[in-house]
Amino acid sequence: MDLSLSTRKVGDRTVLEVGGEIDVYTAPALRERLIEVVEGGARAVTVDLGRVEFLDSTGLGVLVGGLKRMRLSGGDFSLVCDQERILKIFRITGLDQIFTVFPSVEAATAGSAG
Amino acid sequence: MATVRLSFTPAPAHVRTARLVGVAVARRAGVPEADLDEVRLAIGEACSRAVALHRRYALTDLVEVELYDEAQFTVRVTDRAPADVGGTAMPLAALIDQSDGGDVVDEEDVAVEMGLALLAGVVKDLSVRPAPAGVGTEVQMSWPTVPQR
Repeated sequence: MDLSLSTRKVGDRTVLEVGGEIDVYTAPALRERLIEVVEGGARAVTVDLGRVEFLDSTGLGVLVGGLKRMRLSGGDFSLVCDQERILKIFRITGLDQIFTVFPSVEAATAGSAG
Repeated sequence: MATVRLSFTPAPAHVRTARLVGVAVARRAGVPEADLDEVRLAIGEACSRAVALHRRYALTDLVEVELYDEAQFTVRVTDRAPADVGGTAMPLAALIDQSDGGDVVDEEDVAVEMGLALLAGVVKDLSVRPAPAGVGTEVQMSWPTVPQR
C-alpha cells in the first residue's frame, strides 16, 4: 500500500493522518507535507500513525526532522500510535524517550497545551 | 546456492519489492508468522542502507539480495560501496538537539543511526562484513524456521 496523507484541524492543533507504508520511497512525501504544515504556521502538530502498516528508519528520520522544526519554531509536536509493532520500533531505537506518543488524537489534544 | 536471488538498481522504489519477496520466501521457508514483521523490517533496513550508500557514491551497480531456505532462513544483502564508516557515532540526544535548522542532512544522519539500531535490535543472528569479492559490504541475517508439514 502506498502512503496516504491528510490533514485536519482539531481545535488549534493540526492533525496529520498517515496511512500505509513509510519507507525510503515514500518518506520524502511525508517530509514535504510536514514542512508545509510547519511553514504554514501551525503551532501544534500531531502525526497520527494509527493506520501506518510499516515504518522504517527513513520514516523515523523524517519524524525527528518534524520534531526539530517544531521545536525551532517554539511549537508542540506529538505522535499518536497504539500499534504495538510500530511502538516497538520507537522503543528499539530509543525514540520513545524523545517523542511524546499518545494512544489517540483525543488524548493528544487533552494531554498537550497546544 | 541461493533459493531466490534478486538484484535491483539502487532506487528506493525497489526496496519495497525486496521486502515483499523476502517475506514471501521467509513464509515459505517456515519462519513463524510472529517473526515476519521483523524479517520485513530487517530486509528493508539492509536494502535501504545499500541503496543509500550506492546513491551517496553515485554508483549504478546492482544491489544483490540472496535468500536461502536451508536449516534456517538466511538473507544476504550486498552493496558495492566503499566500506561504510557506520554512521555518525553521535549520541541520539545530540542528533535530536542540534539546533542547526533540522535540514535533510540531519534526517539522513538520524536514519543511518536508527537503521543500525533497528538491525541490531530485531536480528539476533546478524553479521556485517566486507563483501567476499570486490568492494562492498555484506549484511547477513538469519532466522530459525519451524518444519513444514
